[in-house]
Amino acid sequence: MSTWSWSYVGHIMPDILKGLLVTVEATLLGSLISFVLGLVWALALRSSTRWVRWPVQAVTEFVRSTPLLVQLFFWFYVLPSTGVSFSPLTTGVLGLGLHYSTYTAEVYRAGIDGVPVGQWEAATALSLPRRHTWTAVILPQAVRRVVPVLGNYVIAMFKDTPLLAAITVLDMLGEARLDSAASFRYMEPITVVGILFVVIAYPTSLLMRALERRLGN
Amino acid sequence: MTIGLFELLLKGLWLTVQLTVYSAALAGVIAFIVGLARLSPLWIVRFLSGVYVEFFRGTSALVLMFWLFFALPLTGWQLAPVWAGTLALGISYGAYGSEVVRGAINAVTPAQREAAIALSFTPWQRMRLVILPQAVPTMLPPFNNLLIELLKGTALVSILGISDLAFNAQLVRLATGNSAQAYGIILVMYFVVAFVLTRLMRMLERRAKASLGQGPARSAAKPAAVPPTALGDAANDAIETGGGAA
Amino acid sequence: MATEATGNEKTGDENVDTAGGELVRFEKVVKRFGGNTVLDQLDFTVDAGKHVTLIGPSGSGKTTILRLLMTLTQPDEGRILVDGQPLDKEVRKKIGMVFQQFNLFPNMRVLRNVTEAPVRVLGLSKDEATERAKELLEMVGLGDKLDAYPTQLSGGQQQRVAIARALAMRPKVLLLDEVTSALDPELVAGVLDVLRDIARTTDITMLCVTHEMNFARDISDRVLMFDSGRVIEAGPPEQIFNDPQQQRTREFLSAVL
Repeated sequence: MSTWSWSYVGHIMPDILKGLLVTVEATLLGSLISFVLGLVWALALRSSTRWVRWPVQAVTEFVRSTPLLVQLFFWFYVLPSTGVSFSPLTTGVLGLGLHYSTYTAEVYRAGIDGVPVGQWEAATALSLPRRHTWTAVILPQAVRRVVPVLGNYVIAMFKDTPLLAAITVLDMLGEARLDSAASFRYMEPITVVGILFVVIAYPTSLLMRALERRLGN
Repeated sequence: MTIGLFELLLKGLWLTVQLTVYSAALAGVIAFIVGLARLSPLWIVRFLSGVYVEFFRGTSALVLMFWLFFALPLTGWQLAPVWAGTLALGISYGAYGSEVVRGAINAVTPAQREAAIALSFTPWQRMRLVILPQAVPTMLPPFNNLLIELLKGTALVSILGISDLAFNAQLVRLATGNSAQAYGIILVMYFVVAFVLTRLMRMLERRAKASLGQGPARSAAKPAAVPPTALGDAANDAIETGGGAA
Repeated sequence: MATEATGNEKTGDENVDTAGGELVRFEKVVKRFGGNTVLDQLDFTVDAGKHVTLIGPSGSGKTTILRLLMTLTQPDEGRILVDGQPLDKEVRKKIGMVFQQFNLFPNMRVLRNVTEAPVRVLGLSKDEATERAKELLEMVGLGDKLDAYPTQLSGGQQQRVAIARALAMRPKVLLLDEVTSALDPELVAGVLDVLRDIARTTDITMLCVTHEMNFARDISDRVLMFDSGRVIEAGPPEQIFNDPQQQRTREFLSAVL
């Protein structure tokens, strides 16, 4: 039982790759949601009215300091009772995206704050319209600080997708558990999944570091 | 919800706090050992510690937990579920923490090392007396972030069937049929623990800053405005004396 | 104070009497950084008790000499002798150094900056080290700042603490690396006064790199003019400053004076 069987690895590989597809899908959709929602939070946090700033601050702080897993359970069990019925994968993607949007909001904030005050003043001195100040002056400078950090959060989301297995999504870990449950062989499926994560995450993080260096100067 | 069910949640909360403390302690020890190993003069030590960091930062903490819980026993090592959880969290967050340690040590200016060499301190004395005391205050804010992540990560052990806060909420949900209440309550509980931990870390940060003469604590009545950096001091001299730049 | 700053704890064998004998010797020392030869077959000696100043344009390798003596960098060729012995960790304890940027330890109060090395490295008792530190801090005019953190002091005060810290190890040789360059002009005098005092009242050997020509003239027994990794002219300060023999020296002095 405890000996490693390559033929069993070959046998489960199709299932695991099917799971990998779901994992990648969840990561990409979750990222997209977090990018957009995070920008909404970031802009709301710069609002001049405290009745916008304050609640957004409270909600993002709350979501950021509580476990993603519990949030997933919350949406998974509570949404249907309000009459909304999503597939587990959709629920998972929404939960993942919402959770990480509280991180990306911080990334945007830091990126925008990182643009020197002098740039705002110069734009004002040139009487640039507000919209133009954002699109032509501030955002292009903020982007180079923001992109690599966002990339690192995509990797973090990728590594958190196995949590979706807890709400019955058949991602890589979900498939691995199914296979294990069917064959009572645990070593191969879980080891393969763990290594696949490294095999994908490590080169991606190297890519992000390279990007960081290139955009850094 | 009955009193009994609420007590169940409190019991879960207690286990969550314990898990957080144990795995944070383990992660802290690993962070320092691996962080220092990555600065070793021996390439093999640097290489192996680098592999450790990249591997465990690359893989998913939950998958690691599953592996320790389901796969490891097949090699003859049986771990109690709580220890599988603690070990997985400690190993993962230790890898992240080691990067914090390494970065903070690297951020101490090389001139400090040279000054310590000039006084004939041994390499270990240099690290212990000069470098680490300056690096630790820089580590605290990122350590705080990691600690909150770790607290959130403890919820993963519920999947192994450990009766932590997240697991007991599941039981309460099944008993009352009210999911929003069960999960709402424990989300608030997690938030409160995170809040308290952050406050504690802030306190440590303030004390650490004071130990570098940067805080308000116990300043020995010095010249008026004191900038925190060595470079700033040259400016301070200029202000004191009204003199021009060097 | 006079004798305190000289005798090393571990004098042991020869050279106990520092009058005369040669304390530092560079033999055909070569140091390259990348393709750049910073020190080129350098020979020179410093006699015990003397105050030697290295002058010359920046990048001429003066600071490298001090860093070599401090074992902060290693020579590519040649050898360096201190007190007749090849340079190693034990021998290094006979050398003290004061840095351009002071490099006090920000995590220690002033007193501990001065006592830490004598306690940890020389094995002095805490009381002994404290007593010694207080005397030295008194001497540099900071007897009232024992409990301050370095960040709470002015640059000039920090540098004087750094001098006390170096002297607390009772080195035979004190290396001074442009100790006033990082200071505001008004604060230079205080530091130089302290060093002049030490030069006059002790028989510690000094090796200075400086841009302060007046200071060099004032305390030096001997001035070495450096250019392109070599000593191109050496002599007593009156000769170097008033009657330089080399064209390069004349050019350099007219540029800085």
